[in-house]
Amino acid sequence: MKTSRNETLIIAVVGLVIGVIAVALTVFGNPANMGFCIACFIRDTAGGLGLHQAAAVQYIRPEIIGLVLGAFLMAVFRKEFSPRGGSAPLTRFVIGFFVMIGCLVFLGCPFRMVLRIGGGDLNALVGLVGFAVGIGIGILFLNHGYSLKRTYRQPVAEGVVLPVIEVAMLILLIAAPAFIYFTEAGGGPGALHAPILISLAAGLIVGALAQVTRLCMVGGIRDFLLFRQTRLLVGFLMIIVAALVCNLLVGSFSLGFVDQPIAHSDGLWNFLGMLLVGYGCALLGGCPLRQLVLAGEGNVDSAVTFIGLLVGAACAHNFGLASSTAGATANGKLAVVIGLVVVTVIAAANTFHKE
Amino acid sequence: MVDARGRSCPEPVIMLKKALESKENNYEILVDNHVSVENVTRFAEHSGYEVHIEEKGDDFLLTLTR
Repeated sequence: MKTSRNETLIIAVVGLVIGVIAVALTVFGNPANMGFCIACFIRDTAGGLGLHQAAAVQYIRPEIIGLVLGAFLMAVFRKEFSPRGGSAPLTRFVIGFFVMIGCLVFLGCPFRMVLRIGGGDLNALVGLVGFAVGIGIGILFLNHGYSLKRTYRQPVAEGVVLPVIEVAMLILLIAAPAFIYFTEAGGGPGALHAPILISLAAGLIVGALAQVTRLCMVGGIRDFLLFRQTRLLVGFLMIIVAALVCNLLVGSFSLGFVDQPIAHSDGLWNFLGMLLVGYGCALLGGCPLRQLVLAGEGNVDSAVTFIGLLVGAACAHNFGLASSTAGATANGKLAVVIGLVVVTVIAAANTFHKE
Repeated sequence: MVDARGRSCPEPVIMLKKALESKENNYEILVDNHVSVENVTRFAEHSGYEVHIEEKGDDFLLTLTR
């Protein structure tokens, strides 16, 4: 029992540190309440690569590169780097795709949802309720035997592919060849970013800390509902506490529903968008942040999920699915409904099947 | 004996939780990654079992007793 108390203390401190880093990033130039947002940053990266043409959100975000590489380096250091895969990769791709749609209808991943709550954005609380309900639905399937089946060991050469791709992304970011798109100054959230080195360092630190603590926004709520375990939930709550205090200190705290930064107050679609995210992530076994960390540890299924998130982000902007501050789009609402159906079919097919 | 090799979080713990319903004094569970070792150990200790961890090649055999 002593170990579990230490574990809880460690994740509490890590949660606080991550919350502070996230608000610091906004002080250094990231968009408001967006020190970290796995969904937004993958979306910006998709734009940077020209996979979508939404000029306001194009930038190869160093935080994503740092998260993967930080988790990779920490896993190697702790001798936990272990390439594995083969647990329904294409199914995970599809779930990742729709999780991204849910995130971009809400305007943020679970990590940003937490940071938005810490900034006083009450729309994110509506999102949190949807998120928890989505996880609850996922748990129903998990309790009835839902499984994407086992992984198998993979060669080291396979496990290091994603970290190598992230190094290549860093080179593209720094070299900035003409075919890479960056949002022009004043042109939207893509133009708002901390200096590369600071963003990269923040990503590396948070990736490493998340690898050690297994921090996961979905895991926090899931483990509490499923096993009455509070360890991961403590990390989740401490990020909110730290973000809240830091936002108050730097004067960026603003309580309410209206005029929140890069958010809309369409309650139903904030709720349903995050419900889709919670549901999908419960089936994946972790939130987008956790998928990046697992991918850094050599899990190629999580790397495929990451690609699913990336393609989902590109499609979200190409098909007009992503919300704006004005609210959700008609296409976006339809996509969330389709996503809920697809995820339910996947859940049912992998629960009630013959051995 | 529960074989949870290749299963990722939270499946090994759910498999163990289901197995524990038979309320025996000894269980064995086989996992193949550090996260599962931690999660299974945490859950088993919480359920009143002592856990012995043994590395078996690439896998870990967890023996639960109470």
